[in-house]
Amino acid sequence: MSILADKKTKVVFQGITGSEGSFHARACMDYGTHVVAGVTPGKGGQLFEEKIPVYNRVIDARDKAGANASCIFVPPAFAADAIIEAVDAELDLVICITEGIPVLDMVKVKKYLAGKKTVLIGPNCPGLISPGKCKIGIMPGHIHREGPVGVISRSGTLTYEAVYQLTGLGIGQSTCIGIGGDQIVGTYYIDLLKMFENDDQTEAIVIIGEIGGSAEEEAAEYIQTAVSKPVIGFIAGQTAPPGRRMGHAGAIISGGKGTAAEKMAAWKKCGIHVQPNPAKIGETVAAVIKQ
Amino acid sequence: MKIHEFQAKKIFSDYDIPVPDGETAKTPEAARKIAEKLGCPVVVKAQIHAGGRGKGGGVKLARTPGEAFAVAGQILGMNLVTHQTGPEGQKVKQVLIEKGQAIEKELYLGIVVDRAQGCPVIMASEAGGMEIEEVAAKTPEKIIRAAVDPAIGFSGTHARKIAYGLNLDAALIKPAGKIIAGLYRIFTQKNCSLIEINPFVITRDRQLLALDGKINFEDDALSRHPDIKALYDPDEQDPLELEASKCGLNYIKLDGNVGCMVNGAGLAMATMDLIKLAGGEPANFLDVGGGASAEQVENALKILLMDKNVKVVLINIFGGILRCDRVAKGIVQAVKDIDLHLPMIIRLEGTNVAEAGQILETSGLDLEFAANFDEAAQKVTQHARA
Repeated sequence: MSILADKKTKVVFQGITGSEGSFHARACMDYGTHVVAGVTPGKGGQLFEEKIPVYNRVIDARDKAGANASCIFVPPAFAADAIIEAVDAELDLVICITEGIPVLDMVKVKKYLAGKKTVLIGPNCPGLISPGKCKIGIMPGHIHREGPVGVISRSGTLTYEAVYQLTGLGIGQSTCIGIGGDQIVGTYYIDLLKMFENDDQTEAIVIIGEIGGSAEEEAAEYIQTAVSKPVIGFIAGQTAPPGRRMGHAGAIISGGKGTAAEKMAAWKKCGIHVQPNPAKIGETVAAVIKQ
Repeated sequence: MKIHEFQAKKIFSDYDIPVPDGETAKTPEAARKIAEKLGCPVVVKAQIHAGGRGKGGGVKLARTPGEAFAVAGQILGMNLVTHQTGPEGQKVKQVLIEKGQAIEKELYLGIVVDRAQGCPVIMASEAGGMEIEEVAAKTPEKIIRAAVDPAIGFSGTHARKIAYGLNLDAALIKPAGKIIAGLYRIFTQKNCSLIEINPFVITRDRQLLALDGKINFEDDALSRHPDIKALYDPDEQDPLELEASKCGLNYIKLDGNVGCMVNGAGLAMATMDLIKLAGGEPANFLDVGGGASAEQVENALKILLMDKNVKVVLINIFGGILRCDRVAKGIVQAVKDIDLHLPMIIRLEGTNVAEAGQILETSGLDLEFAANFDEAAQKVTQHARA
C-alpha cells in the first residue's frame, strides 16, 4: 500500500521554473510521478517541458489540474509563505525541500497547520518516495526498490546509504520519508510510525535519527505502546561535540541534552533494535526480518 | 551567530532594558579614564564570546582608577581559558568597564525556542548566577516557564506568570514585565536563537538590572538583519572554519587524525561515528553539500589538509544531486596542487560513479578505494592502528 503517496498522487511543483525546481520536477517525471502542474507567481500560462501547465497560484493548480500534493522549491526567505499557500489550498500533502527557513517562520507555520488536514513533510528534507509508485523529492530513484520496509529519517544522503544497503540485500522499501534536518519540522516520527503500523505493505520500520531535540525519545515511548512491527534504528552524531551545529540546524546538543547516547539508550529501553554502526543498518534489518 | 556582552547590553539599552553604566576599553589607559568617569569601584570584564570568564580570571573588581589600569593590563591580551573555550583559550582584545553594583539578589531570565512545543519559551528562576542546565537538573521546580503561542504573541499574562513566579516585590512587578516584554521583542524582531540575562539582579536600592547579557542570533535569518551581521567578530572563529565558511563549506574542526569529507550532514556525522568505531578519531566534520563543484571539492580537501593533525583521509560520497565525477576531478586537482603524501581512502557511490572511477584510476595518484561503507571503515582501521 505504502503511505502518503502512491500511483494516484498528483503533484504540483512550487518553484518549478527555478533551476532546482525544474531539475527535480523533470527527475520525478522520469521516475513516473504524476507531475500535473507547476506554480511560479508571474509565470502563469507558461508550459513546463512543453506539457505541464504553470499557474500563478496553488489553488489554480488544484482546481484546473487536480493537484493534491505539492513539492516546494522556493528560496528560504519566501518558503514559509509558500507552505502556507499550499496548506490554504487544502492539499493533502506538502513537501518542502528548502533549507534555511528561519525558525520563527516555522513557529508560525506549525501553528497554522494545527487542526488542518494537510500533512507537511520538511522543511530541509530530501522528500518522500514510495518506490515503484511515486517520487516527490530529490532522492536518486534508482537505488530504491519496492518492498516491505518503511524508512523514516532526519537525513538525506545518510538515508540513501541505508536504502542502498537494504536494496543490495534484496530488501525493498514501502515508503521512505525524509522528515528534515531543521529544529521545527512539519511531521515528526510518531505520525509516520502510526501510518506504517496501519500499512499492509510495511513489515518493519527503519528510523534514522540524529543528535538534537527530543523527537527520538518521544518516538521510543510511542513505539513501546503502539507499534507492533519491528523497528531498527541508527542515531548519527555519536561523536559530535556539544554545542555545535552539525550541518543541520536541528543537529545540536544544547545544554547537554539531545545526545546520541541518550537517544540510543531510550530506544534500547523500548525494544528498538539499535545499530551503532551505520555500515550495518541493512544487515540488522535482514536479521530482524528473518526472525 | 554569537556576540559580545557589551554588544548585547547595547541592544538591551535600545529596548529599554536597564544595564549598568559602562564602556569598553582596548588599552589600560582607556580603562583608567573610564573608571575615573564612572566612579569606583568598577568591574573589569574580558569581552570574549565564551562563558565562564569569571572563573577563568577574566572578570575583576577594581577599587581605584589605578587598579582598573593594572587589572585591564592583565586581562587585555591574555589568552583566557574557560570551560567553554577549550585548552587554547581565546585572546582578549577588549574589556568592558562597568560601575560596580550592590546586589541584593541574583535571578535568571532567558528566552529560547522550545522545539517540542514549537514556540518561544520565556524561562526564569530565582537561582541566578548558576548554569540554567544545572538548575534544571537539580531543582527544576525553581524554573518558571511561559510559552508564547504565536496566535496570541506576547501578552500581559506571560509577564505576570514570570514576575509573580519570581516572588518579586509588588513595586518590581511592572518594571519586570516591561523588561520581559522588551526581551521578547528583541527575540522576535531580531530572530534570536537564545537570550540570557544571567544574573538578572535586584540591586540594594531596589532596581532591576541586567548584570550580564548574552544574545545568540539564528544564522539562517541573518540576511534579514544586516545590523546584526555587522556585529560579527571573525577573531572568535577557528581560522580553518572561517576559511571554510568563506568557501561556502560546512566545516568543524575536531581533535582527531582521520580527516573526512562527505556530502550531507547526516552522512558526515555517520562517517565520523564510523571512524570512531573503526578505532580512529575524526579530525573534522565536513559537508561539501549537494551542489558542490569540482572547485569546492578541491577547496574542501585543501582546508581539511591544513589541519596538521590529519594522518589519513576518508572521502565518503553518496552522489544524488552531487555528481561523483565532479568530486573525482576536484580530488585529483587538489592532490596535484598540494603534493599529498597521506593515505587517502575513497568511497564513491551514486550518480556518475563509473566515470569517477575512471578519472581516479587514470590519475596516477596513490589512492585506496573502498567498495562500500563497511570496507571504508576497515581501511581506516588499518591506517589508524599503523
